[in-house]
Amino acid sequence: MSNLNELTIAGARDALRKGDTTAVALTEACLAAVADAGRLNAFVHHTPEIALSQAKAADQRIAAGNAPSMCGIPLGIKDLFCTKGVPSQAASRILAGFRPEYESTVTTQLFDAGAVMLGKLSMDEFAMGSSNETACYGPVVSPWRRAGDTAALTPGGSSGGSAAAVSADLCLGATGTDTGGSIRQPAAFTGIVGIKPTYGRVSRWGVVAFASSLDQAGPMTKTVRDAAIMLGAMAGHDPKDSTSADLAVPDFEAALTGDIRGKVIGIPREYRMEGMPAEIEALWNRGAEMLRDAGATIRDISLPHTKYALPAYYVVAPAEASSNLARYDGVRYGHRAKLAQGDGITEMYEKTRAEGFGKEVQRRIMIGTYVLSAGFYDAYYNRARKVRALIKRDFETVFAEGVDAILTPATPSAAFGLGEMADADPVAMYLNDVFTVTVNLAGLPGVAVPAGLDKQGLPLGLQLIGRPWEEGDLLNHAYVLERAAGFVSKPAKWW
Amino acid sequence: MSIDTQTARKVAHLARIAVKDEDLPALARELSGILTFMEQLNEVDVAGIEPMTSVTPMRLKRRQDVVTEGGMAEKILSNAPDAREGFFAVPKVVE
Repeated sequence: MSNLNELTIAGARDALRKGDTTAVALTEACLAAVADAGRLNAFVHHTPEIALSQAKAADQRIAAGNAPSMCGIPLGIKDLFCTKGVPSQAASRILAGFRPEYESTVTTQLFDAGAVMLGKLSMDEFAMGSSNETACYGPVVSPWRRAGDTAALTPGGSSGGSAAAVSADLCLGATGTDTGGSIRQPAAFTGIVGIKPTYGRVSRWGVVAFASSLDQAGPMTKTVRDAAIMLGAMAGHDPKDSTSADLAVPDFEAALTGDIRGKVIGIPREYRMEGMPAEIEALWNRGAEMLRDAGATIRDISLPHTKYALPAYYVVAPAEASSNLARYDGVRYGHRAKLAQGDGITEMYEKTRAEGFGKEVQRRIMIGTYVLSAGFYDAYYNRARKVRALIKRDFETVFAEGVDAILTPATPSAAFGLGEMADADPVAMYLNDVFTVTVNLAGLPGVAVPAGLDKQGLPLGLQLIGRPWEEGDLLNHAYVLERAAGFVSKPAKWW
Repeated sequence: MSIDTQTARKVAHLARIAVKDEDLPALARELSGILTFMEQLNEVDVAGIEPMTSVTPMRLKRRQDVVTEGGMAEKILSNAPDAREGFFAVPKVVE
């Protein structure tokens, strides 16, 4: 057997059930890999004691028989999830020292299924960013490098710690969250699988809120099968989240038949952006051929409002963020600024938030404040919500015309270097989300699948978009693509 | 829509974020840039379109109007920067 930390979730599950290894051995292998990967800066809060105690309990449960698939599986948890007694600070200074008194629904479900938490993973501050450079812990470094070059690259964001950790085999899987592409873009940049489920499939309770109508948690894993297994453990109705759907969770793994004969795959012409790198376009064409070879029909489709998704998103998401982040006021948790003589409560709020929030978060709160302010609400916020309705209708139309899944590139480029975007306009960074953000606006499930390497040796991903609540069917398409692409590359260890 | 420093100052205050005077011009430029990007939305014909309010069509669940949890003041205060005698403490707000 290869090193235990290099196993997939499915592989580890089968080995545990056969008694070929133990959850404690798996966990120790991952903890050693984490301890040896400080240079990646992916894990920012370490919980080895919790991990080993969960692993021991998992071994007992496995020995007793009938343990669920996630039992004994070592995971990393994005810092956005509240974990009881363990720092949960959304990579922000404003939540320094915050130790929740409660456990998020997602982590509760994972732990109930026997999963093991190795620690908390870095991310962009409050999930606002596409490069992990806005984290208060300093940037995560991708385990991937360009061929013949040692320049530090971004793992993407916001779930960059999750992506780096899974890709570098520090854990078997990780939780991520996706508001505009924050699972799928880092998954694509690091050659792993990431699925954003249908809005409402996974409970948002206990997940630090960014934009409540867009946020959705999902798994980041080494394979599509692992994503199916882990999503099954994360999903489900939660009375504590009024937007969580009261629908049964199907067996996603059982949906991976590998048979997509007769399915219709839409190729949206509006995603063929001007200036798209030839490698991305070629990969996209190859992906379509792979699905055609598997028996699917490829159909050109139109999603006419695609161009307006990004500007609509950058109205709606900051508006919701400005409201959600109003709670960080230096009163109930986290950081409070030192006050000068005579400072009142307004100064306390203003100084606390100026010190606690990073630049990008401040920028988005202020944009949100502006678009919601009297006089501009209709011009910006209401107009963006109307455009959002049109974007959703575009998808509904093609699904009603018989399209089963939509194939697009996952990102407009491969991973870029840390610091390369430092002097760029904020809007240039926002363009990373151009292929993913439509899915959040429409509430649909979307999955990024590694599909190839660019000429510099960096991973490139394709995205499949599915019908609402049809994650099983979507993952089956992803499974076919994964098998046909045969992506097996791993970053060479330098860290 | 271009944002001047006066508007930037007002927005920062509404957002309760202290911004130094010398940083206001750069902030105004950044916000203007983002708003210019958003102005593409004006090209879209939205006549007769209802603003989207619910991501997936569903009825909001109702629950019994009963106490489900409570009696945990200590836990609630445990992360407060300043808590005294069972309360959150803040600077004086009433003269």
